[in-house]
Amino acid sequence: MYFGLSDEQSFFQDNVRRYLEEYATIDNIKHITSGDERNLSAEIHKGLLNLGINGLLIPEKFGGLGLDLLFAAVVSEALGGGVGPTPFIAPYVMAPTAIKHAGSKSQQENYLSKIATNEYRFGVGFSEFIGKRNDAGISFSDNTLNGRAMFVLDADNATHLLLADEQGQIFVVDAKSANIFIVKLTTVDKTRQYSEVICKNLEVELLENSSDSVEPINQTIDAGRIMLAADSLGASQTMIDKAVDYAKERKQFGRAIGSFQAVKHMCAEMAADLEPCYALVWHAAHCHNHSPDESKFMACHAKAHVSEMSKSIAKKATEVHGGMGFTDLLGLHYWFKRIGLNRQILGSPELIREEAYRTQL
Amino acid sequence: MDLEYGPEYQDFTKEVQSFCKKYKGLSFIDRSNNPLGSSGGSGGPKMSRSEWQKILIKNGYFARSVPKEYGGYGGEADILRSRIIAAEFSKSKTPGAMGGQGIDMLVPTLLEMGTEEQKQAYIKPTLHGEMIWCQGYSEPNAGSDLASLQTKGELVGDEWVINGQKIWTSTAQYSQMCFCLVRTEPDAPKHAGISYLLIPMDTPGIEIRPLVDMTLNAGFNEVFFTDVKIPASNIVGKRGEGWAVANATLGHERGSLAPPDATMNRVNMLINLMKEETLDGKPLIEHPIYRDRLMQIQGKVLAQQSHALRLLSAKLNPGTDVKIGKMIQKLTGTELRHELEGLAIDVMGEIGTLYEDSPHLKNDGTWQFIYMYFLGLIIGGGTSQIQKNIIAERGLGMPKEPKVEGA
Repeated sequence: MYFGLSDEQSFFQDNVRRYLEEYATIDNIKHITSGDERNLSAEIHKGLLNLGINGLLIPEKFGGLGLDLLFAAVVSEALGGGVGPTPFIAPYVMAPTAIKHAGSKSQQENYLSKIATNEYRFGVGFSEFIGKRNDAGISFSDNTLNGRAMFVLDADNATHLLLADEQGQIFVVDAKSANIFIVKLTTVDKTRQYSEVICKNLEVELLENSSDSVEPINQTIDAGRIMLAADSLGASQTMIDKAVDYAKERKQFGRAIGSFQAVKHMCAEMAADLEPCYALVWHAAHCHNHSPDESKFMACHAKAHVSEMSKSIAKKATEVHGGMGFTDLLGLHYWFKRIGLNRQILGSPELIREEAYRTQL
Repeated sequence: MDLEYGPEYQDFTKEVQSFCKKYKGLSFIDRSNNPLGSSGGSGGPKMSRSEWQKILIKNGYFARSVPKEYGGYGGEADILRSRIIAAEFSKSKTPGAMGGQGIDMLVPTLLEMGTEEQKQAYIKPTLHGEMIWCQGYSEPNAGSDLASLQTKGELVGDEWVINGQKIWTSTAQYSQMCFCLVRTEPDAPKHAGISYLLIPMDTPGIEIRPLVDMTLNAGFNEVFFTDVKIPASNIVGKRGEGWAVANATLGHERGSLAPPDATMNRVNMLINLMKEETLDGKPLIEHPIYRDRLMQIQGKVLAQQSHALRLLSAKLNPGTDVKIGKMIQKLTGTELRHELEGLAIDVMGEIGTLYEDSPHLKNDGTWQFIYMYFLGLIIGGGTSQIQKNIIAERGLGMPKEPKVEGA
């Protein structure tokens, strides 16, 4: 019995972490998020591709590494920790998962091998399957899609998109088609891209095994939620580390502010809140591959619980920094906002706790 | 990640299951000193708690790694077997072994630091449930700042003469013995002046006054010592080493106060209660606000259960770093259990305030009782605030409060 990360997983995670420390510095994040350095983001993405992040979940026979979701979770944790300004969850976790479960043999071969070679990059828009906001929604008839998908992940620079209708059917869409309109959304989190996608009589390809079962889309959403939980886990750990370091250095009233119980107790609470989240995220990722019956229950609870803990940590860690925490100068807000987005994407805590309840009926 | 225990443990699981089946419905003829202790089931064999204890030891289900000569089973310590035993006993509602401060704290202390005579004299009767111990640590003026304790021990001839007062002494009224921290070196710095003494509770000069807590149980006592004389040899470790002796086992107490598996059992009990209880004819589980609060807590307990697996794995695989992971257990476990019991009261509304033998009481009033009882555990054994100091200072390396002169 061993509950934890393997040496290979820790090693891979360290590589991603070190890469981001070197290239995704606060200065670079500032350039990227202010929009004046588009190439920088592409370069960082390329560097991470060289580490192999695109092939993690792709079976070996299609040119990937054939690893399980826990491996992807530790990468996601590292990306959250370094506010990695690069697509990951949609193209390299959700898309391969969806295609593996819903694609026919030829669809798998075609798409998975091209993700592994980086010829294709997928964005994913499943928000309306989880919960339709206002007049959004995608409908499918006569082999064409019509409607609007919101908060499509990583559609920017994608060659293809996966979109879903309310029944959970998954469609492959050519992102360069003339019948598709991609509108970039500006969110508080500028380290990642979210888009609105409008389809008008758009010809699409259905992933064959998603037509009669919601299992593929559910498993894909589980995987995406576990990734978001892992991302918030990493982001929260960085915020705690920064707060603790700051509280040890910053002096007021002639002593380090970390020696005041009002401050150190906030730090202890953050650590106590976050520590069990590691085990929960790893456990959920493990169940996704090795205990599918529990997968949805664990994924829902992992994302909801980590979202709640992270929200509180983001607030407290900012407060420990005092006025500096509130400035753009320090850049702590990149982590605060990343945690804020992760909380809402693919289902907010209230919605997915209800899903967790329904899995127990 | 590998959550399988392996084939030899599957056989062991079957063995434990058939043991539990044999004693199905076991009930006790004597009551427990622990307010949360099980009274057993019904329709099965009847026996005393001490007899049950001996059966458990004989089968290796309790005191597994304690040598035979001291009354244990004399086997290898096996963390996974212990976990299987706990899980199967819980599933089949088979009562576990007696706990208490003698078994949980004194026995490990003696095994590590006791003399051969002390091991021979005390471990066996303690494990067999025939010798009950109480812990004489806290004093009215030495709570969180335990090392400032003032109960005095003077060596006169070949006897310790003890004077002073202890408080929060659980089970003192049933105990034959007390392991007690006493200031024996008044001129030494505060942590270096304490000795760990073993005091028979029937010694003349000991007076026990029950202390009724908010649950209306007399779970605690005040214990007064007036010229209490015990043999000089009733000391564990050397003179002035008592603080180190006590600290060697304080961790045992903290980790075991609120195990997440027990909390998850209560979550499942609450789910059943919410399906049965109705408001305006609708089961409370169908009420979205109560249900969401329930799911929030279920998520927290799930995180603690996964965390416990991680700590278990760290025990099996030495070298894994879980320092902060262990430090947070007392804080997070007791706070969560209190929160959960409190939700059950909110779910029941006015019914949740019924107590003792009132009509309409649900689940024997356990929710109300444990809600208050756990407030005691949040405070006792190092308050939540002390736990946060430990996490921040020892876990995160944050600076201590500047020392106040004379403290």
